[in-house]
Amino acid sequence: MIAIHGLSKSFGKKVVLDGLDLTVPKGKNTVVIGGSGTGKSVLIKCAVGLLRPDAGEILIDGQDIIRMDERELVRVRRRFGMLFQGAALFDSMDVGENVAFVLRRLKMYPERQIREVVEEKLSMVGLRDIQRLMPAELSGGMKKRVGLARAIASEPDILLYDEPTTGLDPIMADVINDLIVSLRETIGVTSITITHDMASAYKIADHIAMLYKGKIIEVGTPEEIRTTSNPVVAQFVQGRAHGPITEESEEFVRFVSR
Amino acid sequence: MTDPAAEKKNGVVRLSELLGERVYAMVIDLGAIFTLFTQVVSSVLRPPSEIRNIVKQMEEVGIRSMPVVLVTATFTGMVLALQSYSGFQRFGATSFVGSVVALSITRELGPVFAGLMVSGRVGASMAAELGTMKVTEQIDALVTLATNPVKYLVVPRVVAATLVLPVLVVFADLLGIVGGYFVSVHLLGANPYVYIAKTYQYLEFKDIYTGLVKASVFGMLIALISCHHGFVAEGGAEGVGRATTRAVVASSMMVLISDYFMTSFMF
Repeated sequence: MIAIHGLSKSFGKKVVLDGLDLTVPKGKNTVVIGGSGTGKSVLIKCAVGLLRPDAGEILIDGQDIIRMDERELVRVRRRFGMLFQGAALFDSMDVGENVAFVLRRLKMYPERQIREVVEEKLSMVGLRDIQRLMPAELSGGMKKRVGLARAIASEPDILLYDEPTTGLDPIMADVINDLIVSLRETIGVTSITITHDMASAYKIADHIAMLYKGKIIEVGTPEEIRTTSNPVVAQFVQGRAHGPITEESEEFVRFVSR
Repeated sequence: MTDPAAEKKNGVVRLSELLGERVYAMVIDLGAIFTLFTQVVSSVLRPPSEIRNIVKQMEEVGIRSMPVVLVTATFTGMVLALQSYSGFQRFGATSFVGSVVALSITRELGPVFAGLMVSGRVGASMAAELGTMKVTEQIDALVTLATNPVKYLVVPRVVAATLVLPVLVVFADLLGIVGGYFVSVHLLGANPYVYIAKTYQYLEFKDIYTGLVKASVFGMLIALISCHHGFVAEGGAEGVGRATTRAVVASSMMVLISDYFMTSFMF
């Protein structure tokens, strides 16, 4: 279980996270939604220790990762897998080497077994016989799937998805959604997904949390979020251009153009 | 905007502000590079071994840079012979051309020109590669795959550059002297036996090894500076371009600056 309490992070004078609280139950997928630039990426980068928050605590099964030194963090990070927005495949290596990277690094399997293990991981994301291809030769959807295979290679129990469907066509986006759901069902991972794609959020989420102005303003099941009474959440999930989120900037525009 | 402080600023204030900002940024950079250095030192011997990456980088820094370094060294030796011959002719000391070429090449020009060429070739490619990895989140991906990016990316580059630059300079020294010999003997008609004798006469072992020590330090500085600028790159392709420029400029300048201080310390 992941429990986040009072998480704050600022960049210069810009406050991105402002005392955020979020609980991610074990074996469930919690989807964090929110507009672009509201700090969703910052949230999961803090969770995996890529960014150090200014205040707050992030408890992974009761252990606070913020107070850990680099060596302890490395140990805890082995429990994490992360799918990056642009897949972030190592472009100097072929697909097989990408997926095998962490296996070789941690010496999890003898060298002669690695090819086989990699093929198995790739088959879990519906790919085969592409180990020799370079990342530059892959389409966007394939890159994401290879990135996912790489993220699950070390058998993590926590998966973080950074906008898994962004930039994909609707069919490929749904393929990724299915993969996320099936990974949760087959290997029982706990996951946090950040997205602004509501179709994807409804499909893959056990819980949806809305991030707005540095705080989680509402958490609920997909059905609860769909029928929410909170005007801010309602505007976002229905994708309306007018409402409380855009009101401030609209007023500003009106003020300036007057 | 009606910020009263902004209106009052005159040229002198603005100039010193600009200067201050530059100096401040430079101090920040130097601090970060030193921190990177300590991280490299503390993780260089920790397992897992990066020997495979070190060898790969040695090929990149050493073998691939060999042609450009050798051409530079040869022509430096040749022009040095030409210049000192025409200069020394004025007071009839042309027999010393061999000594001048050998000493200048081994003590100064071999290491410095090799350092500058490697700054341009290798520094740029390191900053561009690491910068691209940074802006495409590949460095973050390394971290999530239980890998320390400094150990995996910076250590091999720094170790390889430190070890390989002296080797490059050995060849640069050799070809520089050969270039000087060729011009003196075959184009200017110097006596080959006198030339070789004069080359040996004043050349001490110290001249050569101080040059190689310098080369080693240059290699380390170039790799550290270039990796640092790659690591802090942000903002897409433009950011990578800026990081590359900064890496080349900073490492070339650092080669020349550190050269002065090492020379004053060694001799």
